[in-house]
Amino acid sequence: MGASQTRSEHKYQDLMDKTGFSLEQIKNLHNRFQQLSGNEETIRRENLDNIPALAKNPIRKQIIGAFFDKRNQHQQEVGSFEEISFEQFLMVMSHFRPPTLKTTEEEKESMRKEKLRFLFNMHDTDNDGTITLVEYRKVVEELLSKSGAIGQEVAKAIADAAMLEVASTNVPHMAPDDFYEGITFEHFEQILNGLEMESRMHIRFLDVDTTTVRCGRSTS
Amino acid sequence: MAVLRPGRGSSGPRLTGSVCVWLLVLASVASASRDNETWRNPARETPEDSRHQTNSSAHRKAFPVLSFNYDHVRKPFEISLWILLALLMKLGFHIIPRVSNVVPESCLLIVVGLLVGGIIKAIGEEAPVLDSKLFFLYLLPPIILDAGYFLPIRPFTENMGTILVFAVVGTLWNAFFVGGMMYGVCRIEGAQLGSVDLLSCLLFGSIISAVDPVAVLAVFEEIHINELLHILVFGESLLNDAVTVVLYHLFEEFSHAGTVTVGDALLGVVCFLVVSLGGVLVGAIYGILGAFTSRFTSHTRVIEPLFVFLYSYMAYLSAEVFHLSGIMSLIACGVMMRPYVEANISHKSYTTIKYFLKMWSSVSETLIFIFLGVSTVAGPHAWNWTFVIFTVILCLVSRVLGVIGLTYIINKFRIVKLTKKDQFIVAYGGLRGAIAFSLGFLLTNNEMKNMFLTAIITVIFFTVFVQGMTIRPLVELLAVKRKKESKRSINEEIHTQFLDHLLTGIEDICGHYGHHHWKDKLNRFNKAYVKRLLIAGERSTEPQLISFYNKMEMKQAMMLVESGSAAKLPTIVSSVSMQNIQPKGPARRRAIPSISKSREEEIRKILRANLQKTRQRLRSYSRHDLLIDPLEDNVSEIRFRRQRVEMERRMSHYLTVPANRQETPPVRKVCFESENQVYMYDDSESPTGRASQPQPSPPDAVSLLSESPRGPDQGGAPRAKGNAQPRAKAPDDQEEQEQLKLSRCLSDPGPNKDGEGNSSFLS
Repeated sequence: MGASQTRSEHKYQDLMDKTGFSLEQIKNLHNRFQQLSGNEETIRRENLDNIPALAKNPIRKQIIGAFFDKRNQHQQEVGSFEEISFEQFLMVMSHFRPPTLKTTEEEKESMRKEKLRFLFNMHDTDNDGTITLVEYRKVVEELLSKSGAIGQEVAKAIADAAMLEVASTNVPHMAPDDFYEGITFEHFEQILNGLEMESRMHIRFLDVDTTTVRCGRSTS
Repeated sequence: MAVLRPGRGSSGPRLTGSVCVWLLVLASVASASRDNETWRNPARETPEDSRHQTNSSAHRKAFPVLSFNYDHVRKPFEISLWILLALLMKLGFHIIPRVSNVVPESCLLIVVGLLVGGIIKAIGEEAPVLDSKLFFLYLLPPIILDAGYFLPIRPFTENMGTILVFAVVGTLWNAFFVGGMMYGVCRIEGAQLGSVDLLSCLLFGSIISAVDPVAVLAVFEEIHINELLHILVFGESLLNDAVTVVLYHLFEEFSHAGTVTVGDALLGVVCFLVVSLGGVLVGAIYGILGAFTSRFTSHTRVIEPLFVFLYSYMAYLSAEVFHLSGIMSLIACGVMMRPYVEANISHKSYTTIKYFLKMWSSVSETLIFIFLGVSTVAGPHAWNWTFVIFTVILCLVSRVLGVIGLTYIINKFRIVKLTKKDQFIVAYGGLRGAIAFSLGFLLTNNEMKNMFLTAIITVIFFTVFVQGMTIRPLVELLAVKRKKESKRSINEEIHTQFLDHLLTGIEDICGHYGHHHWKDKLNRFNKAYVKRLLIAGERSTEPQLISFYNKMEMKQAMMLVESGSAAKLPTIVSSVSMQNIQPKGPARRRAIPSISKSREEEIRKILRANLQKTRQRLRSYSRHDLLIDPLEDNVSEIRFRRQRVEMERRMSHYLTVPANRQETPPVRKVCFESENQVYMYDDSESPTGRASQPQPSPPDAVSLLSESPRGPDQGGAPRAKGNAQPRAKAPDDQEEQEQLKLSRCLSDPGPNKDGEGNSSFLS
């Protein structure tokens, strides 16, 4: 028992360094992972699909897709996985850590970039480095997908207006014949600068194990 | 002495300012004095004339051509004159630019009040004092309502925990610390304060400990710090009212009895809960009533603002009846009412509400500060060096200690921690103001009252003058983050919504119910039940993103109206237009379409027949570039015209596109429904293809559809920018909209328009 404990701690140490979570948090997440995967080593899309609370979320497909997206693993690969291991699960989760009092300004900057990159990857589904109008429209449509027919019609107009705004702010003077290909990552950073992503895009990772109390279990 | 109107065309603002000041000081003094027989009032109407007429035959007196009856109108006259004085002062300060940059307005107003009070006293008259009833019932509510109605909800709820801790625990700490320490000070031998007992000290502590919303607003409004700090200090000043009310009543009750038992203390805690939650409940009830009422006001738009004001004021008064916290009630009412009322009322009513609230709160604030100055001069004072000095010092010390201590605890629970700079601003921004003065004024115990009042006034002066004046340079010195001035963009809104859903989803995957989960649940409850109940018509199901988008469209339309002509473009000067971002077809050439001549003729005829006003010339493709008839201030008309310009462009674009595109299914129609909603029927553009069938629309629209001409069905029909029109602006618009039928959407750019590129579709 002692040996396996130190071994798991050693393994967790590795993860702690890579993702920045604390030991408690990793343990809790591991428990949740086991719960989702049905005590297997990897989880697939179906495991995440089955979470009942996610059913009402308008963008759940994108969220689940983000977990299986290779780009979010910081390893310069593209494409998507069929199943992911705990380490990869943690890597995706690490995008949602909040800054602490000790985080320096540069660390905050890089955190912000990382989180914006995550969002960008969620929108840029064909991975060509830009969010085209079609992709952006898809985003807005998904957001309004629970709002019925009205949502769909206005979604287009909203996406168009948003795209126009990005183009106007970043490339103010375009001749009538020019075509704005799509939102690049720099433009994306630019327009979302005011939102201060590093302080907004985070969830509380509890240090207390809550999985035993929760009823949001996946069917296995 | 005659009252002259201050000359407007005088030489130089400073001269005007000082002339104003002196003349109005004189005027107010004159109004305060009672024996003024030489007052001329040439504009007097004498209804007594008729009476005298009938009597004149009986009496031999000469017929009085001009009589004087000041008592008749004295009260309203004086009130109006005071208000006029206050406002002219305010005007004067802004004309003199140098002073208003250094000294906050509140200080200047207090100084004016001191001056006026001094003059009144010098001529031996009795100056009006800031009557507590006047203050609490008439002057305070507008300010609080203004604050509550326009409270930024998101930062407030995100920081609610912190705000509550500061408000409740912080105020309690302040009260007991100051009270206790002052009792210790009073025990000092040489201070002649032996008669002050513990309970009186605690009472004094509870009065002086509360941060004042009026003063905070007045000062913070001018320094524009970032949203977080603003909401922390301001939220604290609003929510500590409950604590103040309870402590004040508790200690006042018991200062007569002499002792406080543990049972009483427990009752005090219960009372606190009752006061705060009760106040919120009362406010919420009135808020819901107000929202519900606004659902039915579509035919009587003119009185809509009155409902908002009256329900809120009733909430305040009802809470005051039961000694609940009136401020919290007012805030709760405003917060509760606002989202639903804004969805229901017309744009003009919204503007009215906004401006009336700002106006009333501005007047109130000005009057409060002036009266504070006057009362300082007027009131009986009992100056005791020890007491006053120690009060000021202890207030500062307790505030600083309180903030540091509480922040240490709070930071353990916050994600975005409060830095030392933040703590400093929060501590330094704890200003005391007129509420403390009024509460002190309400004290019935005469011997202590004067001393307490003096100390209170000193603290108020110290915080407002010293802290108020120095906070701006300190903010700049410490480089505290300022409020970002940019307005919210649609991209930010989209991503805020996206983030909300994303974070809720991640929380669900993680398996714990965090903030986002509950917020999401609340939103869904709101959407499913509450909105249906409280919002009229179609807007009850409108998602937030769409409301935001509509609001933005409105704002841009208003901007265009106000700018009047294309010469003065709105802030974003950019030549990017819809055209630059639309993905073009695979062939980007501008081939002339090969439609038959007869078809072409048909299209052209229909277009020309339905064209309304072709005064616009398309000069460039920017959506901001639009010639508007300045005589026309009908906003919906402007919006519609803008849409039409878009359509013109679009149409011409499509007509230059190769023919095969026009074989697409014929469903491009725009129709207007009576509630001003524009449904867009679109086809191939949607990647999902879901909207390819024309959606069944409400019966109103169908009749319009059937009247549309057949011609433009096949191709050439412009793709309209689908806009769901916002809340119905005014009933008279509706008639107009009915007339601007479908067919009018198709407009003819004219045969020989600008030769450049897009707009000509004929050879």
